[in-house]
Amino acid sequence: MRTQDAHSTRTAWLVVAGLLAFMLALAGCGSSSSNNGGGEELKKVGKGEGQVNLISWAGYVEKPWVKPFEEKTGCKVNNKVAGTSDEMVNLMRSGQYDGVSASGNATERLVDGGDVAPVNVSLVPNYKTIFSDLKNQPYNTFEGVHYGIPHGRGANLLMWNTEAVKPAPRSWSVILNPKEAAKYKGKISVYDDPIYIADAAVYLKVHEPKLGIENPYELNEEQFEAAVSLLKEQRPNVGEYWGDAAKQISAFAGGDDAVGTTWQYQYFELKGAGKPVAASPASQGFLPEEGATGWSDTWMISSEAAHPNCMYMWMNWIVSPKVNAEVAEFFGEAPAQTLACEHTENPSFCKEYHAEEPGFWKRVYYWQTPVSECGNGSSDCKNYNDWVKAWTSIKG
Amino acid sequence: MSRRLANLFHGRPRLQVGALLAGPIGWLVVGYLGSLAVLLIAAFWTVDPLSGEVVRGLSFENLETLVNEPVYRTIIGRTVAIAALVTVTDAVLAFPIAFYMAKVASRRGKAILVVAVLLPLWSSYLVKVYSWRTMLSADGVINWALNPLGLHGPGYGNVAVWLVMSYLWLPYMILPIYAGLERIPGSLISASEDLGAGPFTTFRRVILPLVFPAVVAGSIFTFALTLGDYITPRLVSNNQFIGNVIFNNISNNLPFASALALVPIVVMVAYLLVARRLGAFEHI
Repeated sequence: MRTQDAHSTRTAWLVVAGLLAFMLALAGCGSSSSNNGGGEELKKVGKGEGQVNLISWAGYVEKPWVKPFEEKTGCKVNNKVAGTSDEMVNLMRSGQYDGVSASGNATERLVDGGDVAPVNVSLVPNYKTIFSDLKNQPYNTFEGVHYGIPHGRGANLLMWNTEAVKPAPRSWSVILNPKEAAKYKGKISVYDDPIYIADAAVYLKVHEPKLGIENPYELNEEQFEAAVSLLKEQRPNVGEYWGDAAKQISAFAGGDDAVGTTWQYQYFELKGAGKPVAASPASQGFLPEEGATGWSDTWMISSEAAHPNCMYMWMNWIVSPKVNAEVAEFFGEAPAQTLACEHTENPSFCKEYHAEEPGFWKRVYYWQTPVSECGNGSSDCKNYNDWVKAWTSIKG
Repeated sequence: MSRRLANLFHGRPRLQVGALLAGPIGWLVVGYLGSLAVLLIAAFWTVDPLSGEVVRGLSFENLETLVNEPVYRTIIGRTVAIAALVTVTDAVLAFPIAFYMAKVASRRGKAILVVAVLLPLWSSYLVKVYSWRTMLSADGVINWALNPLGLHGPGYGNVAVWLVMSYLWLPYMILPIYAGLERIPGSLISASEDLGAGPFTTFRRVILPLVFPAVVAGSIFTFALTLGDYITPRLVSNNQFIGNVIFNNISNNLPFASALALVPIVVMVAYLLVARRLGAFEHI
């Protein structure tokens, strides 16, 4: 019995030693490779490679405009739908995809990680007629180099149950001002993502001007703390934090939540099901008075793209007037292509979504990756890791 | 060729066993323990704040954050407390059911009960959690049933997480206890009665000590499954579990996520050591 024990103890030690050696070997061979903005831009679009592998938001790559693309170019489209920006970044880092429809809170991470290549916009003829206020933006152009083709844009909405919330709110204070929010205690619906801290910053930009917030994604210590403590005050009033659209839909449909921040998708889904909901801005022609956070998506090409020609053809196709109109109407967003407005099925679609009003979009703050470097040259801003940690402590 | 191979193995039992086990052991060491090892080292890496790239080197920054920030202590405490609560609840619920199945029910009744316990395992985890979500909602069936009595359901929160988890993992507690009770010969219970023990004494001094290792074995399932879950807390509460924080950090800060993942490992190792003391592995 004794010797048996001694024997198994020795085996156990051998296993531990082996594992340690393995760990050390792994740690030793670790050398971090960081190549800023990987890959060269393409000089000429050649013949298609027969297929293209995409990562996209749900609703961006759909049959009605994929099939004609495949017939025209001979590039078979393999699409992978991603649910979050984080997921998109991870998938792109696998190197198995040619392109991605990245939102602004993913683009900078992709460029910095060397996962995407510059885009030669002269090879994308439809780029010329894209809305000029979508070009050369901080989330798609880095140090003067284009890293993608704008796809479309939208604002995050304030949605409420018209039977429970009266009068119709005109400001985010209904969910962010502690006094007003207390009226709907336990009925407030909040997006479960660190990027939501920017919503608080948009609110503070107007209501606490002495903080001096310029860009809600570039927050210094003091501004960041103010936004975080506002959200900590909001916490007890929150009914639910929603991470996926289905969760918010069921919360509004079941009467658990009455007012909160949402996307077009949930709003149309609830409206379609006959629920008494209303939302700003597109449907009613106004943004909450502070403006809102929003997104502007960009098609980017992988630095390791195996099918670059097909990817360029796809980028040109998705912003061609007719297709961009189809996508925008299907998804419920403003198109990026100026000529798309002539092709929408609903003739007043572009008007309803303010596609052609640069003034409207001035008050929409597109998602952006928070980084240490502030726009003003100093580098004491809070980066995305700080945002993630703060978000954990807000939720508690 | 096959003849030569057969000759090679003939009379060499060590080679035979080695060839047989090379695949599974290789998988266990490289695929399973290897990935655990990578996880453990990654906990000591950091992330470059500018590029977001992982910096490989030895640093205790992540573990310090974990210890110094009160929010992580709260989250770890909550996770472990609910896991313990779910385990106790399941043990209390499972015992009478398992006892009835093993000792009272007819052969037919036993079969029906076993199927009834296993049936929920055939449907998807997500479907079950979403149905609980619907039942617990403000307009849900629980409030509808309680309203006439002037009561309210628990709504979403820690209580909801406890309810749903206890429901989800109950079969994992019933089955080991049932198996443990099956093994107790009926004659022991008769003997206890013959010697003058009442039903309670028989339970306390004969049945419970014999079946206790099975309860501990079941508790390993319920405890570990609750400890690692992050979807149920996300769907029926606003509260974060260890798994939720790992999920939030995994794409932008893998080292910190790995450091967090050490917590359940440490808790589980401690739990298993205690379970071994209590004799949970004696019959495996």
